[in-house]
Amino acid sequence: MFGRLTSLQNSLVEDFWRLHQELDEMLGDGLSSSGAIRSSPRGSFPAINVIQTPAEMQVFVFAPGVDPKKLDVSIQQGLLTISGERQIPVQEQASYYRQERFGGEFRRAISLADEVDPERVDATYRDGILRVRLQRREASRPRQIEIR
Amino acid sequence: MSTHVNEVTQRQSDGAVAQARGRTAESALPAPADVYEDQEGLTLVADMPGVSRERLDVRVDGDKLLLEGSVQFELPEQAEALYADVRSTLYRRSFVLSRELDSAQIQATLKDGVLTVRIPKRAELRPRKIQVKGS
Repeated sequence: MFGRLTSLQNSLVEDFWRLHQELDEMLGDGLSSSGAIRSSPRGSFPAINVIQTPAEMQVFVFAPGVDPKKLDVSIQQGLLTISGERQIPVQEQASYYRQERFGGEFRRAISLADEVDPERVDATYRDGILRVRLQRREASRPRQIEIR
Repeated sequence: MSTHVNEVTQRQSDGAVAQARGRTAESALPAPADVYEDQEGLTLVADMPGVSRERLDVRVDGDKLLLEGSVQFELPEQAEALYADVRSTLYRRSFVLSRELDSAQIQATLKDGVLTVRIPKRAELRPRKIQVKGS
């Protein structure tokens, strides 16, 4: 039972890898430079993963230390937009050796498949990850056709 | 449910991230960090989104400060990856501490995927203000 769960995670990570390697070969720098006009360069804040199942699509937004009240998730004309602001307080009295963390406003956009129902979306924020779940329309879900 | 089961597997393998490390030759995720110093000590702030307290490991080994954490994705069955910026589930960073720091007094807090580590200087080595007495 343990094996099954860890292997699910494992195979997903491997899927992410494989998918990216294929895309890297095809496009040079993966999907982030797929040429989509709204795509962001690699390494942009926040990082995003997208998965799908027959029933839904889920978007994971890696946005640590963001006040959920300052996150804006919207869907318009088949485009999911996640925007917000991360404020990094600067310690005036301290001397900095390293400042790698992103601070400021951000925006990322994802084109949705047509079959996603914009009325049935929920978003949760936990441990610095925003998860947006989008349900597919019933009619567009894959159906098993029974063979008589 | 799945969270719980995964925690059990991890405890069995001794160490919060040993499991994740042993699974595949995953390269660690970058954990962008800020480091700053004031009179009393150093502060290190690192982004580790998706890491919960149970899956975070902060320890000092000799003069090394090690930060490790693993991401818990709650993924539905039949999930298929469409796109991924994040291609690993493990964060790992290490920093070499210097002698004037008091590694026994290190404090770490984790909130919304942001780890803050406070490393105080040894009390006897903190800069002291010398009073100049009048004649």
